[in-house]
Amino acid sequence: MSRNRQSQTVNPQSFPGPDDIVRTVLSNGITILCRTNFNSPSIVVSGYVQAGALFDPDEKLGLADFTATALMRGTQGRDFQGIYDALESVGASLGFSGRTHTASFSGRALAEDLPLLLDLLSEAMRQPVFPDEQVERLRAQWLTGLAIRAQDTSDMASLIFDQIVYDGHPYGRPEDGFPETVQAITRDDLVDFHRRHYGPKGMVIAIVGAVEPEDAVAQVTSVLGDWQNPGQPDTPPLPPLEPLGETVRRHHAIPGKSQADIVMGTSGPSRRDPDYLAASLGNSVLGQFGLMGRIGDVVRERSGLAYYAYSSLSAGIGPGGWYVSAGVNPANVQKATDLIVEELKRFVERGVTAEELLDSQTNFVGRLPLSLESNAVAGALLNIERYDLGLDYYRRYPALVHAVTPESVLAAARKYIHPDKLAIATAGP
Amino acid sequence: MTDQLTKTTLSNGLQVLLKEIHTAPLISCWLWYRVGSRDEVPGRTGVSHWVEHMQFKGTPQFPASVLDKAISREGGVWNAFTYLDWTTYFETMPADKIDLSLRLEADRMVNSAFDPDEVASERTVVISEREGNENEPLFRLGEVVQAAAFRVHSYHHKVIGDLADLHAMSRDDLYNHYRTYYVPNNAVMAVAGDFETEAMLARIQELYGPIPAGADPARLARPEPDQRGEIRLSVEGPGETTYVQLAYRFPAATAPDFFPLTVLDSLMAGPSSLNMFGGGISNKTSRLYRALVEKELAVSVHGGAQATIDPYLYTITMTIHPQRKAEDALTALDDEIKRVQDEPVSPDEVARAVKQARALFAYGSESVTNQAFWMGYAEMFADYDWFLTYLEKLAEVTPADVQRVAQQYLRPQSRVVGTYIPTNTGEAS
Repeated sequence: MSRNRQSQTVNPQSFPGPDDIVRTVLSNGITILCRTNFNSPSIVVSGYVQAGALFDPDEKLGLADFTATALMRGTQGRDFQGIYDALESVGASLGFSGRTHTASFSGRALAEDLPLLLDLLSEAMRQPVFPDEQVERLRAQWLTGLAIRAQDTSDMASLIFDQIVYDGHPYGRPEDGFPETVQAITRDDLVDFHRRHYGPKGMVIAIVGAVEPEDAVAQVTSVLGDWQNPGQPDTPPLPPLEPLGETVRRHHAIPGKSQADIVMGTSGPSRRDPDYLAASLGNSVLGQFGLMGRIGDVVRERSGLAYYAYSSLSAGIGPGGWYVSAGVNPANVQKATDLIVEELKRFVERGVTAEELLDSQTNFVGRLPLSLESNAVAGALLNIERYDLGLDYYRRYPALVHAVTPESVLAAARKYIHPDKLAIATAGP
Repeated sequence: MTDQLTKTTLSNGLQVLLKEIHTAPLISCWLWYRVGSRDEVPGRTGVSHWVEHMQFKGTPQFPASVLDKAISREGGVWNAFTYLDWTTYFETMPADKIDLSLRLEADRMVNSAFDPDEVASERTVVISEREGNENEPLFRLGEVVQAAAFRVHSYHHKVIGDLADLHAMSRDDLYNHYRTYYVPNNAVMAVAGDFETEAMLARIQELYGPIPAGADPARLARPEPDQRGEIRLSVEGPGETTYVQLAYRFPAATAPDFFPLTVLDSLMAGPSSLNMFGGGISNKTSRLYRALVEKELAVSVHGGAQATIDPYLYTITMTIHPQRKAEDALTALDDEIKRVQDEPVSPDEVARAVKQARALFAYGSESVTNQAFWMGYAEMFADYDWFLTYLEKLAEVTPADVQRVAQQYLRPQSRVVGTYIPTNTGEAS
């Protein structure tokens, strides 16, 4: 056991790489990624199709998510109870949800039940029937979910934050819609959305666990290899994002609550931007490292204002949010937002020290074995594909992380964060 | 030998469980103390949880500013949890860095400072945590249901504690609690991962052996008397959504009836996963889902069974359909309970519950962290054999056992029925 804190003994060759990830593209466009892991007798299947909320009309916002969720409500071969009886009888799970860019799916099972899981995946995507009764039942559940969301201070602060930062941009719209837009969606809308947008073009599926890659590829090919949808449109490009010209504050009142939530910040880089890693390491110093970085230190440890206070960088295909979240007593909202603004000013004025940066760099590299330990590796494989990172990405990752300098962090901080042009969203009593 | 467990007790009473798992270069170290909200009297409710918070505030050797960075810098994750019967601290680290975790836990078993300024600052943090909980309708409902179910036993209050006590407790209350319960003879250390048992045991002996044993902590002994009649109550609060929670008396984890009740839970409400990491599965084919959600009386229903030292509760929680009344859902639920009491379940349903449990075990075994969790967790209310023989004991359950425990435990005379009545009728603006 080594006691030398600076030693970095992680062996990058143990991470997923070109020699142990099998990547195959079927003739209809489906990309399959596999990595074997026989440490546990289970498998994970996850992936996405190009059927996200970017296709939603404003007046039917929630359509992509509703369609994705309704796929499992009945197929040509099985009714709702039949689908879930097959899954739950063997302790397996499978679910779909509509995100902004794609509709994603995720399932897990004992390895012996992989064929069943893939059959159900294929049936749900290719032969859903959207039974009237099930659609209305799902709608009532959905509306209840939105009523609960309207009472959740954290959800509402996030929603208001997105509406401020992404005003007029698709990222300003919640994927699960609003009560009136979900009421406007008809069964025909679901059928039509599915017919147009579900298809093999741009579909990615990752399979990780106790299965040989050739076997997994053969199984996917047998259920999805002949899938075609010639009319499947390309996902529309994102419009440019107009930056905020000044700080915008908005409060969403939810009477009767004992705590207020704050979400404040701006938009950050996309995952493919060259300064993504510099921004991500900067964010770690700002509001992640240790007990939630500088933000946690100032808001929680020194001021005792909050149980949670941290920052997030949610880079994706487009410019995701870069924001600070905190839950505080309603009387302390102003005090907490002032403290956070001061920290953001300090961050863009002076950046991070070499020592702070090294702490986060060793953390980013050191935690890789843990984050790639289980079948959660499926998510890492999907990231590689979605953002075109290269199959050797995790092998190169330690060098990429250590190439970031305090200067590049400062440049990223100044490029994205303007403390006089923030969105400050609060929700509470 | 990968799955060989070593179990020993140091001369000061510290129990040690070690399991070599060489699948990834990781080690997970958990230190469990036999103390939780069950050890708290009125005036000091919440003290166990608050002490857990103070354990992150530093010692002379590892001051808070060092402590909160040391683990993260090495790429580890750490956290702590306080529950009814126990408090636990864990670190999962790259294998060659685990010594930091071993030294840190040995140090804070005895040397935490409980600085008065830190106590004052953490008081508002814990109060903020409670205020965040109070934002949730199900916390408000669950708190009064639990309090009604236990008039005498200290399972009466929530782990977070009552606000009055969080305002009133002193530094000395916290410190005395720490000194009383944080002794090696009241602790279990569980380590799993990529190490050699002999070397690990020697290091644990070296670090923990010199810590003197303390007096065995006295325990509260106030068994809850039988409940003599159904208790109905309601809570009002913001929102549009009605929730109903039922709480039935449930036996201790070591009682033979625990296992038929686990099968009963699985087929009534879907299997409860006891994994801390690894997730569960859906419950859409469970009897209650079919009777309540498919009949559009509720939009969701969940069961909750816990493994505890003393008899605790089995809860069923329903989110009522927006167009239906709580009473109608309760009537339908009672019909299902009567059915399982009157008619034997089929052997297939029992076999299905066993397969579901097997799958959940497989998911839980994907991570070294969850494997180490189970080694200590099982010791808190039974012993590791309880975990190892869990699937066998489920497999021995017969349909007659299930019917008998349904008749014995799901009696209206020994339940609490709580309703959350929403006071808003529309979305706030």
